[in-house]
This record gives sequence, C-alpha cells and structure tokens, in this order.
Amino acid sequence: MAAEKMSIAKALNESLRKALETDPKVLIMGEDVGKLGGVFRITDGLQKDFGEGRVIDTPLAESGIVGTAIGLALRGYRPVVEIQFDGFVFPAYDQIVTQLAKMHARALGKIKMPVVIRIPYGGGIGAVEHHSESPEALFAHVAGLKVVSPSNASDAYWMMQQAVQSDDPIIFFEPKRRYWDKGELDTESIPGPLHKAAVAREGSDLTLVAYGPMVKVCLEAAAAAQEEGKSVEVLDLRSMSPIDFDAVQTSVEKTGRLVVVHEAPVFYGSGAEIAARITERCFYHLEAPVLRVGGYHAPYPPARLEDEYLPGLDRVLDAVDRSLAY
Amino acid sequence: MTVESTAARKPRRSSKRTSAAKTPAKTPENSGPQLVQLLTPEGERVEHPDFEIDLSAEELRGLYRDMVLTRRFDAEATALQRQGELGLWASLLGQEAAQIGSGRALRDDDYVFPTYREHGVAWCRGVDPTNLLGMFRGVNHGGWDPNTNNFHLYTIVIGSQTLHATGYAMGVAKDGADSAVIAYFGDGASSQGDVAEAFTFSAVYNAPVVFFCQNNQWAISEPTEKQTRVPLYQRAQGFGFPGVRVDGNDVLACLAVTRSALERARRGEGPTLVEAFTYRMGAHTTSDDPTKYRADEERAAWEAKDPILRLRTYLEKQELADAAFFTALEEESESLGKRVREAVRAMPDPDRLAIFDHAYADGNPLVDEERAQFAAYQASFAEEGN
Repeated sequence: MAAEKMSIAKALNESLRKALETDPKVLIMGEDVGKLGGVFRITDGLQKDFGEGRVIDTPLAESGIVGTAIGLALRGYRPVVEIQFDGFVFPAYDQIVTQLAKMHARALGKIKMPVVIRIPYGGGIGAVEHHSESPEALFAHVAGLKVVSPSNASDAYWMMQQAVQSDDPIIFFEPKRRYWDKGELDTESIPGPLHKAAVAREGSDLTLVAYGPMVKVCLEAAAAAQEEGKSVEVLDLRSMSPIDFDAVQTSVEKTGRLVVVHEAPVFYGSGAEIAARITERCFYHLEAPVLRVGGYHAPYPPARLEDEYLPGLDRVLDAVDRSLAY
Repeated sequence: MTVESTAARKPRRSSKRTSAAKTPAKTPENSGPQLVQLLTPEGERVEHPDFEIDLSAEELRGLYRDMVLTRRFDAEATALQRQGELGLWASLLGQEAAQIGSGRALRDDDYVFPTYREHGVAWCRGVDPTNLLGMFRGVNHGGWDPNTNNFHLYTIVIGSQTLHATGYAMGVAKDGADSAVIAYFGDGASSQGDVAEAFTFSAVYNAPVVFFCQNNQWAISEPTEKQTRVPLYQRAQGFGFPGVRVDGNDVLACLAVTRSALERARRGEGPTLVEAFTYRMGAHTTSDDPTKYRADEERAAWEAKDPILRLRTYLEKQELADAAFFTALEEESESLGKRVREAVRAMPDPDRLAIFDHAYADGNPLVDEERAQFAAYQASFAEEGN
C-alpha cells in the first residue's frame, strides 16, 4: 500500500512519468512541454529525465501536433499529446475527427491509433478568451474517440495509465481548476475499467451526475442538501464517451430523480444525451423529469462573469429543489 | 466627413491601385532549365547536370509496362464507374510517369502516404489493384492493411496525409532506420495549412520524408494560379529544404529526382519537395465535368507530352523493345482489365453488422448495445418470414 496525498497535477505528472518508464514507445508531445514542463507544469521534469527524444517540444501548430502523432502511432509509437488549452484544440479538430477517430475503422482493424490527447479544460481560473471552454460533447459525438475526465488525483493517475495503454484514441480532459486539489492516491491498487462511473457519495432521494470539475460542486451541493434533510447521491461519470448508463440507471432506479450537471452549454450537451437515455431506460422509475444544469448558449463570458455562467452550488441546489418538488 | 480625412484617404486608394498593377500574375513556368527533364516529349534522351540515370533495356521496358498497365487499369475503373459498378473514380490519366517514376524509386522498406489518386504508386508497391476499388464501390473505406506493402490507406481530406507521413518519418528516424517516407499530394493541397505544417515539422525535426506534389494544373475546377503566386517547388526554400521541379510526364526524370530525394532523406539530410509538373488529362473524378472550366486546346497541348507515348518512341527508336513485346503487353493489359472487371462485379456487399466492426480497437459498451439492437431488428424480419 503506497497511498499518499497529492494534487491532480502531481498525479498526472507521476502517471506520465510511469508511462514513460514502462514503455519506451510512449512519447510526450506538445507546445512548451519540455523545459517549461507545460504551462500547467504537468510534464515538469520529464524532459530532463527522459530526453528531448521522448518529451518533444513541438512547433506551435495544433494540427501538426496531432497529425504527426498519428504518423508516429502508425510507426508503433504511443504519443501523449498536450493541447495547451481547450480553445486551442480546434485547429487540430480536423485531424482528430477525420483522421485519428476513423483510422482504425478505415483499415478494417488492421492498424491501431494509441494516441492520447490531453486537454486542460473548463473555466474558473479567470482566464482570457479560448482558455475556459468545455468542448467535450463535440468529441463525444464522434465515433472512434473515447472521451474521459478525472475529477480527483487517484483517477487522474489511473485513468492516464489506462488511456496510454488503450489502443483507441482517448481525449483526456483535465479539469484545470482542480489541478491543485489534493486527494489520496494509491498507486498500487488497480481500478476498474476506464469507462466505469463511480459513486462519489451515496444517497437515496436524488441522483446528481457530473464529471471532471463539476464533481466537487455536486459533492458540496449534496453536503448542503444533507443539512436540509435531503439525501443526494453523486455519480462521477469519469467517461463521457462511452457513458456508463448502467451505473446511472442503477442510481436513478434507487432515487427516482436525476439532475445532470456540467460546465458545457446545456443545449446539445452531454446532459441531453443522459436525460434522453435515462428517460427511456427508467421511465417508470422517474418521479420527476430529468433536469440539466450547465452553461448557456452563449460564448464563454469574460472572466468577471464566469461565476454567473458556471453552475455553482446555488444553481445545483435550485435544480435539486425543483426536482424534489415534482 | 472632414476635408482632412478625405484627403488622407486619397493616396491610400491610389497606392492600392498602383500595387495591384505591379503584382505579377504570371502562371508558373513549365519549361526551361528549372524543369528537370531526361526524356523529351519527342522521345529524345537529354542530360541534366544534377540528375542522371542509367537504366538497362529491361528496366526501361519495365517502366513502360508499369505505365501501360496502370493506364489500362485506370481506364477499366472509369468504365466500371460508367457502368454503375463503382460509385466514383478518380482517374490518374496523364500522371502515369509521375507515379511510376516516383514509385519505382522506392525501396521495399520505404513507406508511402498517398492521396486517393495514387493507383500507379500502389501498383509499384505490389498492392493488388482490385484492393483499390473497394472504397470506390462503397464496400469499405480503404480496407487494405497498410503494413503489408508499406502503402498507407487513401486519404480523402486534402493534405492530411502529409502530416502522417512526417510523423511516421520522425518515428523512422527515432528507430535509427535508414528507410524513407514519401507523401503524395496535389497542387490544390499545397494551399492547405496541414501541408505547411508538415513542411515545418519535417524541417524542424529533419524528418526523412519526401513531399511529392503532383501539380496536375487543376484542383477540380481551380487552376494552379488560384493556389499560389510562386512556383510550388519554390515553397520549400522558405521552410529550409530543397525543392525541385521535374517534368512529371517524364518517367526517367521522375525516377531520378525521387531517387535522389529519397537518398538524401536516408543520409539524414531531411526533407525534399518534388513538384512533378504534369497534367490531369481527364476529370478530377467521374463526377466532374472539365469541359465547363478548361479549353480543349489545353488538353491537346498536353497530349503531345504524353508520358507513355514518349517512352514508346524512345524504346522503338533505340530498338530496346520489339513488336512482340508490345503485342504481349497489349494482351497482358486486356487480361488485367478482364480480371479487374470480374473482381469488381464479384465483390460482395459487406455484412450488415460490419457497420459496427472496428469502430474501436478496445471495444465499447455503447457500440455493443447498438449492435445488439440492430441485430435484433434485422432478425425480426427473418422471424416474420421475410
């Protein structure tokens, strides 16, 4: 048992270090990932220890980063690519969607695409435009990609290990405002599959489903609701594609109520997918319509307004109250 | 509006007109010393100071055979599309020399990243031509194993594969191997950001990759002048590696120039851009109608530079091939056409459940669920006796 407390950022760093140590085919690529260790220092010290051939500073060209990673994967390497910020992934979106996602199917399974694309995502750090977005639905909609986001240090460590080992392309969304949150990390006990959801808090009156940065908000909401005598279960989805609908169904069959919470705009968001599937699966168990809490159909606002845009404790509790009022 | 602002605008407007008038609107030159040529359109051997080639009669006949069979295959595929057997075809008619010349410069351990028109290169790699037809018939999106012949799948999105080639070449260099990588693309693709990024990455990492641009003069209906104001081969200079323009209808020059670029890559000297100056004689694809955008005289002028005819003239003049050779090749062509025709017609539709196959390598519960639902739906028809 080697459990210790560390931040999500440090857990990711440790996980990448282990991946580089374990498999000589693993490469880290991205802008500023070398000497600087990435703008969030997730790759801190890795180039020093593994060299410029394994931890590769790239030109400032996102399509080029992902496109060459595809070529390296075709040659037998396992690139882990860093996109510096969520809003910068779009120059690479073409390579991700038209090439990376489809290559395995195009070759009728003859070739594999073990590429991880790390994207620090989401708001809450007071950043400028293009630095606070939640584009997960845009990737989850694309067959061939898997889309995940850890909410705590232990998941960050293990999900990165699993992502690197996967023969499928993984879009790995890192909740940047949680990078410095600390949690227990057991580096020895291997967890379940990457796509399995986890019950972050048990409850019996209502289920809150969240992932990444919103899990913490939902846990706080559940604690606040507890003080009002409401028992709220929090499910950490961990994977946005595929989604562990079985876990959501199990929880909703128990509680009868579901509120989905994410930072991304509600319109066409992952909450819509979850609401539709769960309505179909749990129609006779539901005591209230599935509600969604998330961002608005508006560009991500300037930092001074982001607290209005991001779902906070009050908006989540408001949805809990509305659901329980049915 | 104040007097001052009006006055201030005037010189700007006039200078704009002046600069527009001075901007050259030249078409890229298609002859002269910058165009590497070893075999003239009249079938005469000429020398070039930087590129030489010495081929045996058998090798020359081999190149001729490759071009003739590739053209025959291409013609058969075009006919099959007209007969409704293929949904689409992208003909290489006129580009045989560029493809066979560059394709025959490759070593077995080199790796090729094609567009969707590299039927001649595929031929050189030993890919069975019938394999190329699956995607055009609509039974798969490529289907062959790229690692069998080191020939990657056709890429539809313009220019994407130049980055894959660059990444692959970076991997080759990491492995310490001395093989090279070649990326094919067209004049239209040269406008894509991915191609510029591939040039940047390959130069920065000194990747052993050859960029082989077949400038066939037309990107669907847009001429090369709509893609660039400078000859394409000159682009390379700005990225820090050499660019060469070769007569793309001269199989000997294409072979010599590509061989030289590949050797340079193998020596660890990095990328080269080869611009094969050629012409797409037919339509962009069978969906296209070139009569709407280009003059008949233009095609006629290029027909005089036909890559196959000029080598035939040379072989005949030099008595390097006799009538029996040409007759036998004619028969081989016909039997290739027949084989391709029969293979396409015999190509079965994929199994319905193949929709879900290979979406993921590691599996996915959502795909499993949808596959089971689809299978049950299909099975329900059988139960009804349909």
